[in-house]
Amino acid sequence: MSVILSVENVTKTYDSGFEALKGVDLQIDEGEILALLGPNGAGKTTLISTICGITTPSSGRITVAGHDILSDYRQARRIIGLVPQELSLEPFEKVINTVRLSRGLFGKGRDEAYIEKILRQLSLWDKRNAKVMELSGGMKRRVLIAKALSHEPRVLFLDEPTAGVDVELRKDMWQVVEELKSNGVTIILTTHYIEEAEAIADRVGVINQGRILLVEPKVDLMQRMGRKQLTIELQDPVTDVPDSLKDYDLRASDDGNALIYCYDSNGPRTGITTLLADLQKAGLHMTDIQTHQSSLEEIFVDLVKETA
Amino acid sequence: MNFQAVKAIYLFEMARFFRTLAQSFLSPVLSTSLYFVVFGAAIGSRIDQVEGVSYGAFIVPGLIMLSVMTQATSNASFGIYFPKFIGTIYELLSAPISFFEIVIGYVGAAATKALFVGLVILGTAYFFVDLQIAHPLAMFAFLILTCLSFSLLGFIIGIWAQNFEQLQLIPLLVITPLVFLGGSFYSISMLPPVWQTITLFNPVVYLISGFRWSFFGAADVGIGVSLIAIAAFTAICLAIIWWIFKTGYRIRS
Ligand SMILES: Nc1ncnc2c1ncn2[C@@H]1O[C@H](COP(=O)(O)OP(=O)(O)OP(=O)(O)O)[C@@H](O)[C@H]1O
Ligand SMILES: [Mg+2]
Repeated sequence: MSVILSVENVTKTYDSGFEALKGVDLQIDEGEILALLGPNGAGKTTLISTICGITTPSSGRITVAGHDILSDYRQARRIIGLVPQELSLEPFEKVINTVRLSRGLFGKGRDEAYIEKILRQLSLWDKRNAKVMELSGGMKRRVLIAKALSHEPRVLFLDEPTAGVDVELRKDMWQVVEELKSNGVTIILTTHYIEEAEAIADRVGVINQGRILLVEPKVDLMQRMGRKQLTIELQDPVTDVPDSLKDYDLRASDDGNALIYCYDSNGPRTGITTLLADLQKAGLHMTDIQTHQSSLEEIFVDLVKETA
Repeated sequence: MNFQAVKAIYLFEMARFFRTLAQSFLSPVLSTSLYFVVFGAAIGSRIDQVEGVSYGAFIVPGLIMLSVMTQATSNASFGIYFPKFIGTIYELLSAPISFFEIVIGYVGAAATKALFVGLVILGTAYFFVDLQIAHPLAMFAFLILTCLSFSLLGFIIGIWAQNFEQLQLIPLLVITPLVFLGGSFYSISMLPPVWQTITLFNPVVYLISGFRWSFFGAADVGIGVSLIAIAAFTAICLAIIWWIFKTGYRIRS
C-alpha cells in the first residue's frame, strides 16, 4: 500500500512558547483508518491543525500524497477534509449553503446531487433549509462532517467526531466511516471513546505530551499487550495461595473466594492445564472459571501512566 | 487561481447582504433623507450657494462618500472578523486558496455592498435636489475606487481586531472624524486660512474633492492630486495586506 500522509520530525511551538509537538513522525497508508488516542492536551488537535494548514509547523516536513503542505499547499489541501473539534459554524446561514460554500472553497463546481447524497447519508436532508443555529449539537457536528465531505476528500481528519453524539447516531457515523473506507478514503480520527477505536480503527496511535508513543495495528497491540486473566472461583475460601502453587503467577482475591491467574494468551504455553491439575492435587474445589482479556482502554491507560 | 473559491466566498458574503436587503436599502434612504432635511433645509436656507452650486446639491458627493467609506470599512472588517470570532476561519485556512483569493472574495463583496449603498443615496438625492453629473464616468471610477480602497482598509482592521471594541475603534475614532472634517458638508475655502492648511493633511479631503469635481466640474484641490491621493491610499492598503500575507499576522499561528 502506498503512503498517503507522511509526517517527519514535526515540531510545533506556539507563540506562547509552549511546545505542543516534540518531533512527531507518522506514516499513514492510503485507505486505512487510524485512531489517535491521547489525554486532553496531548497535542492531537495541534497535529491535525498543522497538517491541515491552520497552524504552521515550527520544523519538520509533511506531505500529503507526495505534495508538500507548505510549498505545494493547493494540491495537498485539495485532498484533505477536516472536521474540527470545535462546533464552528456560521449560525445564521442555511445548512445547505454552508455545505455549498465548503465545496466551492475547495475548488469544486456545484454538484447538487452529491450534496444531497451526503446530507441524506448524515440524516440532515430534512434540515437542509434550517439555519445552523436552530440545530442541536449533534446535528451541528454532522453538518461539519458534511462540509468536510463536500469536496470528496481522499484523506479525512475527524477530530472527536462523536463527542456529544448519541449512541444510535454514533453507530450511524461509524457506518459512514466504514463506507468512506470502502471507497478508499483514508481516515484519521481522534476520540476519547476507546471502544470507538476498537470498533473501527485499523491502527491505533497513542500520543501524549506532544510525542507519539506508539502506532500499531489494533490487533497486534491488543495481542502484544493483551494479558489474560483466569479467575477460579473456589468452594471454600482460602487466605493465601497454597505453597504447592507458589510457582504460578497466582494470587488470591481479596475475599479469598477466588484465585486469579495471569497469563499471556500468545505465549507458547499458557500453563492452564497443569495449574488445574495442581489445584486438584492441592485439594481445592472449583465452582466456576472465567477469563478476561484487557481492553484497549486498559492498555491505553497503562501506557499513558507509564509516560506521565 | 482558485476561481471557484473566490466565487464561493463572494456569493456567501453577498447572501448575508441579501438576507437583510430591506434593511440594507432602507437605512441609507432614511439617513440620506434626514441629512437633506437637517443640512439641506435648515442650513441650506442660510447658505445660498457654494462654488456656484445650491447647498443641497453641493453636499450630495460628500454624503455619498461619508456612507460609502463607513459602509465599505465596516462591511469588510466585519466580514473577515466574524469568521475569526466564531471560528469558521479554520475552513479558509485549510482550503486550497491563497490569501489574495480570500482578500478578493471578501473585499469584492464588501465593495459591492458599499457601491449599492452609494447608488441608493445618489438615487434618493434626486428626489430632494436638482442634480447634474458633469463627468459620469469619472464619478463611477471614483466611487468604485473608494469602495475598493476602504474595503481593503476594513479588511485590514478586521484581521487586526481582537474584539468587537477594536473593530469599532478605527471607524469611530479615525474615519468618521476625517470624513466630517474632510469637506463633506462644506467647501474648505469656507474655513479660516489656518484650518485650510491643516485640512490639507486630511487624506479624505482629496477623495471628496475629486468626487465632487466629477459632479460639478469644480473642486477644492486639483483632480490630479485627488487621483494620486486615492492611488497612494490603495497602494498603502495593498502593501499592508501583502505584509499580513507574508507574516500570517493574527490569522495563522
Ligand atoms: N493557540 C495555542 N496557543 C498556545 N498553546 C496552545 C494553543 N493551542 C493549544 N495549545 C496547547 O497545546 C497543547 C496541546 O493542545 P491540543 O489542543 O493539541 O490537545 P488535544 O490533544 O487536542 O486535547 P483534547 O483532547 O483536549 O482536545 C495543550 O497544552 C494546549 O494548551
Ligand atoms: Mg483536541
